[in-house]
Amino acid sequence: MEFLSYVINGISLGGVYAIIALGYTMVYGIAKMLNFAHGDVIMVGSYLVYVAVTGAGMHPLLAVVLSMVACTLLGIVIERLAYKPLRGASSLSVLITAIGVSYLLQNLALLIWGSTPKSFSSVISLPTFHLAGGSLTIPGITVVTVAVSAVIMVGLVWFVNSTRTGQAMLAVSEDKGAAQLMGINVNTTIAITFAIGSALAAVAGVLLCTAYPSLQPTTGAMPGIKAFTAAVFGGIGSIPGAMVGGILLGIIEILSKAYISTQLADAIVFAVLIVVLLVRPTGLMGKKINEKV
Amino acid sequence: MKKALSVMLAAAMAVSFAACGTGTTNPGTSNSTSQGSSAAATSIRVGGLGPLTGGAAIYGNAVKNGAQLAVDEINAKGGLQFELNFMDDENDVEKSMNAYNSLKDWGMQLLMGTTTTQPCIAVSAQASDDRMFVLTPSASAPEVVANETAYQVCFTDPNQGMASANYIADNNLATKVAVIHDSSDAYSSGVYAKFKEQAEARGLEIVADEAFTADNKTDFSVQVQKAKSANAELVFLPIYYSEADLILQEMNKQGYEATVFGCDGLDGLLTIPGADTSLFEGVMLLTPFAADAQDEMTQNFVTSYQEKFGEVPNQFAADAYDAMYILLAACEKAGVTADMDAATICDKVMEAMPQLTLDGLTGNGMKWEATGEVNKEPRAVKIVNGAYAAM
Repeated sequence: MEFLSYVINGISLGGVYAIIALGYTMVYGIAKMLNFAHGDVIMVGSYLVYVAVTGAGMHPLLAVVLSMVACTLLGIVIERLAYKPLRGASSLSVLITAIGVSYLLQNLALLIWGSTPKSFSSVISLPTFHLAGGSLTIPGITVVTVAVSAVIMVGLVWFVNSTRTGQAMLAVSEDKGAAQLMGINVNTTIAITFAIGSALAAVAGVLLCTAYPSLQPTTGAMPGIKAFTAAVFGGIGSIPGAMVGGILLGIIEILSKAYISTQLADAIVFAVLIVVLLVRPTGLMGKKINEKV
Repeated sequence: MKKALSVMLAAAMAVSFAACGTGTTNPGTSNSTSQGSSAAATSIRVGGLGPLTGGAAIYGNAVKNGAQLAVDEINAKGGLQFELNFMDDENDVEKSMNAYNSLKDWGMQLLMGTTTTQPCIAVSAQASDDRMFVLTPSASAPEVVANETAYQVCFTDPNQGMASANYIADNNLATKVAVIHDSSDAYSSGVYAKFKEQAEARGLEIVADEAFTADNKTDFSVQVQKAKSANAELVFLPIYYSEADLILQEMNKQGYEATVFGCDGLDGLLTIPGADTSLFEGVMLLTPFAADAQDEMTQNFVTSYQEKFGEVPNQFAADAYDAMYILLAACEKAGVTADMDAATICDKVMEAMPQLTLDGLTGNGMKWEATGEVNKEPRAVKIVNGAYAAM
């Protein structure tokens, strides 16, 4: 019974990683760049929801929609100002820029909202289900998180494979130059990718802060890195891989905390990542692409 | 608060390092005791030191006001009289040393200060060489009392752990205890290590000994679950309040009801914006001073402080208020009179300090080790109806 409840806790944490990882993998898969600011867009989205609900007295669902719109715009602006000018530059320059954007967002949030942690519990609270006479508890947010991640995963797979824009994204991800020659507007396609990724970040932020209700300017940073790990674990670029990787990572983390050591949990998680990458360099569900020289 | 203080101390250190380069040297006044002027003195001259301006000004002003309030009360009562001369050190080591020397020129016989840790380490070292008695209200580092003539009103960090274990054992709060500490934080680890040692000595059983790190402080489900499975009756949290908030929410989620006990790091729980304060009901914490505690002594102090200075006193004001009464008690015990010189007073007071037992705003039954560390029955408060209530 105890094991089962650890697994449920693991799924709970993993669900949050999964939903963040979906945003990471989406942007990486199409634009082939690591958007390290993704975790911080999550933080901004959470703050917007917090302000809208506690400050303006808005309905939480409306606040989430508003936050998605705002994050979409933020994503487009970040892409336009920070990443687009570096389109031709080496991937290392873009990576460093992404880290810069990440710190910029964190420090702006620090200036605007201060360092005092804000509690998210008054914004959204969901009931907790008690099973087996109270010895097993399933938080409502876990159910919602896993369901939302699954819906988003299916939605993204459908979008990428079955719509014109999705096909354009696939083409851009394979070869930007060739896609442009085929009449695809590369810049617009990448901007749309960022818009979708950032809207997903807003949703992820709400779920993260509902599950772990303490909001600070650094809230998105560590879960962001963990989710990136999950995306690599599952095979970066693969949408179902992000989901699977996220949930597995959560379960591994919780089980190693429970049965090995609470302090060594992170070390174990990253050790597992190293082993997986040694055995399967493309991650669990990543595609192996043979590049012709 | 500790974080803010340490940042300021770090800044002060940086400034003082920078100042070192300018070639200024302190006048070597170590042996020039200028006590001749106070031959006809009727009151004992007490020097005070702390930042009255600059980033840490809030602490120094609180100490100054709290001490002044106590001095006025003491002088109104008759008996031994005090004269307080409080000087600004801007939380700067070099300025503090200079101010200390000015106070000695004025004829200081006892030093109530300094307020902040970094200057205090330097000043109390010099004071020990000068045989000047030092009682710091608020400098909590163990390095301060490493100096012979320096004594503290506040707890050192490890002592909070000891006091917590004693409090839990003395009041039979629990026999099975779970601890969750932040292994990446010096304050938390310091309190935890001493708590563990003392808990074992007092027969408390630590049934779950869990930790987290700065990089892994979102999910506390496992730590809470382990405490719950081990049937701990009390969860000890020597951590800061933002993580404690998450732990309390997780306990609520898992339907785990246990007493939650913490140190002064938890002071701040009630100020978290948007927090569901109903979860904090019944949380106990050791905090040296809570202005809304209901006991008569605190109430009187808060009322007269507010009348005089127009604000609610903080922990620093209370520490300083206690410090003056401690000096009074020590002087009375040692038979100190105003015409003695500083070195004589120092020897007499140091002899008297370990024999004292005092009740103050910041703790009952205050006693001192010969080393200068305080042992006191800490004030525990409990959160009732969204406010601190004395226990």
